Amino acid sequence: MSAVIQSAPPRRERSFAIGWADAGPFIALAALLVIGFLINPDFLSATNLSNVITRSAFIAIIAVGATFVISSGGLDLSVGSMAAFITGVTIMFMNGMVPHLGTWSVPAGMAVALFAGIACGLLNGLIVTVGKIEPFIATLGTMGIFRALITYLSDGGTIPIDRSLRDVYRPVYFGTVTGIPIPIMISLAVAAIGSFILYKTKYGRKCAAVGANADVARYSGISIIKTRTIAYLIQGACVAIAAICYVPRLGAATPTTGVLWELQVITAVVIGGTALRGGKGHIWGTVAGGVILELIANLMVLSDFVSEYLVAAVQGVIIIIAMLIQRFSK
Amino acid sequence: MERPSQLHAEMPARPPVLRAEALSKQYGPVTVLADVTIDVHAGEIHAIIGENGAGKSTLMRLISGYVHPSSGHLFVDGEPMRFSTPHQAQDAGIVLVHQEILLAEGLTVAENLFLGRELTRNGVVDDRTMRRIAAEKLAELGCHVSPNALVRDVALADRQLIQIGRALLDAHKLVIFDEPTAVLTGDEVERLLEIILRLKAQGIGVLYISHRLDEVQRLADRLTVLRDGKMVGTYPGQSLSQMDMAELMVGRELAALYPPRGKEARGAPMLRVRNATVPGYAEDISFTVHKGEVLGFAGMIGAGRTELFEGIVGLRPAHASVELDGAPVHIRSQREAIDAGIGYLTEDRKAKGLLLQERLAPNLTLSALGRFHPGLAMNKRRETDALEGAIQSYDIRVKNLKVNAGQLSGGNQQKLLLAKVLLTNPSVVIIDEPTRGIDIANKAQIYTFIRQLVGEGKACIVISSEMQELIGICDRILVMRQGRINGEVSGEAMTESNIALLATAEADVGRAALGGLS
Repeated sequence: MSAVIQSAPPRRERSFAIGWADAGPFIALAALLVIGFLINPDFLSATNLSNVITRSAFIAIIAVGATFVISSGGLDLSVGSMAAFITGVTIMFMNGMVPHLGTWSVPAGMAVALFAGIACGLLNGLIVTVGKIEPFIATLGTMGIFRALITYLSDGGTIPIDRSLRDVYRPVYFGTVTGIPIPIMISLAVAAIGSFILYKTKYGRKCAAVGANADVARYSGISIIKTRTIAYLIQGACVAIAAICYVPRLGAATPTTGVLWELQVITAVVIGGTALRGGKGHIWGTVAGGVILELIANLMVLSDFVSEYLVAAVQGVIIIIAMLIQRFSK
Repeated sequence: MERPSQLHAEMPARPPVLRAEALSKQYGPVTVLADVTIDVHAGEIHAIIGENGAGKSTLMRLISGYVHPSSGHLFVDGEPMRFSTPHQAQDAGIVLVHQEILLAEGLTVAENLFLGRELTRNGVVDDRTMRRIAAEKLAELGCHVSPNALVRDVALADRQLIQIGRALLDAHKLVIFDEPTAVLTGDEVERLLEIILRLKAQGIGVLYISHRLDEVQRLADRLTVLRDGKMVGTYPGQSLSQMDMAELMVGRELAALYPPRGKEARGAPMLRVRNATVPGYAEDISFTVHKGEVLGFAGMIGAGRTELFEGIVGLRPAHASVELDGAPVHIRSQREAIDAGIGYLTEDRKAKGLLLQERLAPNLTLSALGRFHPGLAMNKRRETDALEGAIQSYDIRVKNLKVNAGQLSGGNQQKLLLAKVLLTNPSVVIIDEPTRGIDIANKAQIYTFIRQLVGEGKACIVISSEMQELIGICDRILVMRQGRINGEVSGEAMTESNIALLATAEADVGRAALGGLS
């Protein structure tokens, strides 16, 4: 009501709060590194850190896509099973192409993975936007579908990649460029492109506007259907990129690939500072969130006083704390 | 509660129902209310007026126990009182009727009325008694909804009455109304004013806050003007004209509220709409607005005005044949309307117009993003320039460019919304409720902007529920009733009574009455 007079003190409070929401995940990350070092100095060794961050790459890459979906007011529960499904399809395609393309079937398979990812994203997007079904329900449905498809394709077992392709493909997960593991490079690149799209382009503006208030967006001439569908496409592409990195790690797709990834992804996005109800997305916060999750798991393995069976519990506590911070910094 | 006759007989000797002495409220270093002293006698209506941010709501909240004063004292019937919760104020007989309607939509009318103070019998909620009392109380207020109806299904005006009924359920000596008519129109306002006068006749003290100076003039026995958290003074109700009140509120002399109309004859047709139908809201509507013309759309709430234009600009399913500047245009979405050159300002700026949690520049450019990305990326510099230009042109008062839209006052939000729509460079601007909930100084500015627009050769359509506003700024007014155009008034015939007649009566009656005038 008394906007003119109130404007001075809340602003100070608010700018502080925004600083928190933006910097929070990085402060948490730094704190975690310090705690880790105090508990076990090995924790900060280059080998350990690079291992941990490499492992977090899948979640981070998918979570960049999820930042778009969540920012636009959606949700995608299907990412884990979608990753498994794409992994399976990709390996089957590569194996099938070996007689024709030789080692060239690896890049061809990557293209197929991207195509499949975008197609899966489009499917999710259209069900949500054109079908007007709640994102939670729509992607709960496709989550089941993708999971069943990979189980069917693998006949309940594993789909291993052809031996002849292993050595060619291996560096995508295990290789390094100037000492930095390739998955880390890829996730940084994905995050950089993601933040460019979200913060610098017209689409990014539309995405945040649709998530913050769909009515305002509609009254401003923004197509909600198009904007949300594109967010799901971006999500699909990110899942495909993560799947491409994942294939050489185990060299196979199984029905349990990517199980519960969706929860880790959503956790990473939320502790990264993006509100689950939509609005402004925090890409780099999301990446930090992904790393935090993996660091916690690693820390618990390295330390003696908490059983690593409690990793999920600690991650659960972290997400609740992150939400409480978001709430009270409003 | 004492009987009215006694109260009146003893009035001179009795202390006021409420006396607030030197009330102040500070939040940190900021003083929102300084040294305000008012009193309200039994059977008196005391109005509080002031611009947005003048401290009216804070004062009400201090009196009704929602906020604690930093200094000052409250006396009820001459006894010093301190309220630390609204409940204590209620126990002392002071009730506040909130500005916003705060009801649980999923519960019934009776359940809402008794929410938090349900009657019980033998430990079990006594629904039957509550329904009976609810029906009685509401009937007293002239509200005839069933106590069993869900609030969700009840009209806005009735919800307001339910809210009042809820406040009046307990014994009360002083009722505070905070902008009670903000969401009401015509008849509904009348009904409410009658209720307030009836409370006065019953010997109850009333504190009445409103933007609508005509209501204040009709009701108030005394009125107190607040400006920037300070008291300007308390005046006898009949002593001030509306213009006097406005000048006291603003603290300077106001030029005429409405700018002079353009002298030049209206130009060629700019927007021609034929046979517009919005299923369920508007049927077979045709009209034309010309270059340089302000065309008004009057009507009761529910007459279908907003829906008609939302249909025309592609926000709702509708059929219409639309010609813009002589060329037919086919509009299927808001985007196409914007691109064609038709701008629409929604009546609901908080929920549909602006992203309140977002900064000013992204809000300003949201409808015209295409103009701010020369390459792949948005050009922030160009956006900032546009924002600075808009702030200058539309006199948007901001402390700095980094505030969120939600932190602006209503008037400044409205100016930002106007700037946002005009950034798309429309040739027809449709403004739905241009001055809802904004103070008088900003109103005058908005009217000036509207005149400037049409001065530049654009056409402007104004939808408003304030008849005076339409009469003040429009060249011509179409009156809608139940989804149809029921008549047109222009020139001398633009009077409140003509418009009201057309808005409520059958077409023939309206035409007959206007026969001699138009």
